Amino acid sequence: MRELKKYWRITLGIVAILALIVLPLGLNRYGLFILSQWAVMTIAAMGLNLTLGYAGQVSLAQGAFVGIGAYAAAIMTTQGMPLVAALGVSILLCFAVGWLLGYPALRVQHHYLAFVTLAFSTLAFLAFRNEGWITNGIYGISNIPRPTIFGFPTNRPLPFYYLCLASLGIVSVAMWWLIRSPWGRAFLALRENPIRAQSLGVDTRRYTLMAFAIGSALAGVAGTLYAPLTQYIDPVPFNLSLSLDLLMMVIVGGAGFFFGPFLGAMIAVLLPEWLRFTEGYYLMLYAASVIVLLIYSPTGILGILDRLATERRTKTASALRASAGSSLEAAP
Amino acid sequence: MSNLLDLVLAGLATGAIYAIVAVGFTLLWQTSQTINFAQGEFVMLPAFLMLAAMHAGAPFWLAILIGILLSLLLLGLGFKLLLVDPMLRHGVLPLAIATMALAIGIKEAVKQFFSAEASPFPSLVPVGDISIFGRAVSLQSLGVLALAILAVFGLTALLNRTSVGRQMQATAQNPAVARIIGIPVERMILLTFLINACLVALASLLITPIYLAKFSSGEVLGQAAFIAAIVGGFNQVRGAIAGGLLIGVVDNLAAAYISTQYRAAVPLILLIAIILFRPQGLLGRAEERTV
Repeated sequence: MRELKKYWRITLGIVAILALIVLPLGLNRYGLFILSQWAVMTIAAMGLNLTLGYAGQVSLAQGAFVGIGAYAAAIMTTQGMPLVAALGVSILLCFAVGWLLGYPALRVQHHYLAFVTLAFSTLAFLAFRNEGWITNGIYGISNIPRPTIFGFPTNRPLPFYYLCLASLGIVSVAMWWLIRSPWGRAFLALRENPIRAQSLGVDTRRYTLMAFAIGSALAGVAGTLYAPLTQYIDPVPFNLSLSLDLLMMVIVGGAGFFFGPFLGAMIAVLLPEWLRFTEGYYLMLYAASVIVLLIYSPTGILGILDRLATERRTKTASALRASAGSSLEAAP
Repeated sequence: MSNLLDLVLAGLATGAIYAIVAVGFTLLWQTSQTINFAQGEFVMLPAFLMLAAMHAGAPFWLAILIGILLSLLLLGLGFKLLLVDPMLRHGVLPLAIATMALAIGIKEAVKQFFSAEASPFPSLVPVGDISIFGRAVSLQSLGVLALAILAVFGLTALLNRTSVGRQMQATAQNPAVARIIGIPVERMILLTFLINACLVALASLLITPIYLAKFSSGEVLGQAAFIAAIVGGFNQVRGAIAGGLLIGVVDNLAAAYISTQYRAAVPLILLIAIILFRPQGLLGRAEERTV
């Protein structure tokens, strides 16, 4: 029974991966752009899922880190440096700033932490807009080149999509490993009961900072891909609403579930496109469906599946117990 | 020096509006653990409801009345019954996220059904200057300040002097004990939502003539109200009032003396500093944490 389920899961995973590789072959430029955007946003949402879903630290600044990564990539690649170098700088920069942003989390929790990170997010936006000497202010940075990977130019939409998908794959594997490592368990302990975690010898201070730093570094990765994807960046996409959107992606998909960000980003990026026929109403419909979903299942879409699975397991278990009980009675 | 006085007065006027919004925000938090991320949109919406009533041919006073009634119905009763009640038992965060989605929904609805452009809004107090001790003072600032002070005093009197107000405070401080001593907790919570709806409608009426009615104007307002609420003390009505006034003045002075580009940054830095060094706010009490 269990074996069967495992095989089924692996098959489902392989089918999904194949679909992500094969299906885009038939898509036009715009479709590929949207799918690439989905991959990029999933990476950023996975970072936030680590901070919020696994370590339990609310952050409303993920969008700002995507912005920091995007600006680092845009500035460096337009100066002629390779994207890989920009990636390294983005990760280091976001890791360091994320680490610093983690310090308030050592002092305050929950809504206070939300407001500190919210303030940081707005401050970062102001810096992007006003520090024209490095970010070119409201005029933005244009002509951001797309990289050449192992001799393959990614100027066309399809190769660039595969670059985004490959990055998403690498990040997913790293995340899968991280969550199952002792660090992942420490993050969970931090979320569930920080005081107990500390009494059991988990260095909560270090892991809180780490949760912020790693989550932010992933936003930096997403930003590094975002800049060459749009090939033009200005401060507007990195305002507070991106942070709020990313937070919604994580919650709607299911915070603390590995595949939550994938689903959440899919809903946030693809649903508006599918609802495009409703014209001006699509964001209203999106907002309404998010509210309805949260009322029905505050743990997101994967929370519904999880609940169904648990119910079924309890049912099977009680059925087993019942039959075991009757066979015991029948035995003598 | 005279310039400084003008700035402080204008700051106090906007600050008083922030204070009204922040008071509503803290009331919701105290009685029902609702962090309302749509509070700014709540302020933006009544102005449009009033504009719609005026387009339909209602005179200004009737439009105001309709606007207040509709916001009581939608932003008070509707918000509580349709969103807060079903979500409250799920905890603080999902509810906060739902209000974020609500903010998007309200913004988009206004953009779609009214206009994406800014519309002018008639002023409740006459525009112009009057002369006090030989100096020209903006009548609008004075009027706004006076009305806001009146509203705040009215509310504090309601909370501290009347039986209903005391019951509301008891509900906020300890719902379980309040219920045991026979206070209708549910009704009191509903009452705070209605009061919040009244406050945002009033704030809308006061601020829209200054900044025009625009679907996106709630973002700045909502953030100012958050900051005011936290700076003053998240769990104190008088803290929210002090915070609102302080933020209004600091914002105005920063724009004049520090930099117009970074005027929005100064209140934020103040916010971060307050949270880090005095998380309970300037006038707040520390909240005890349970293990």
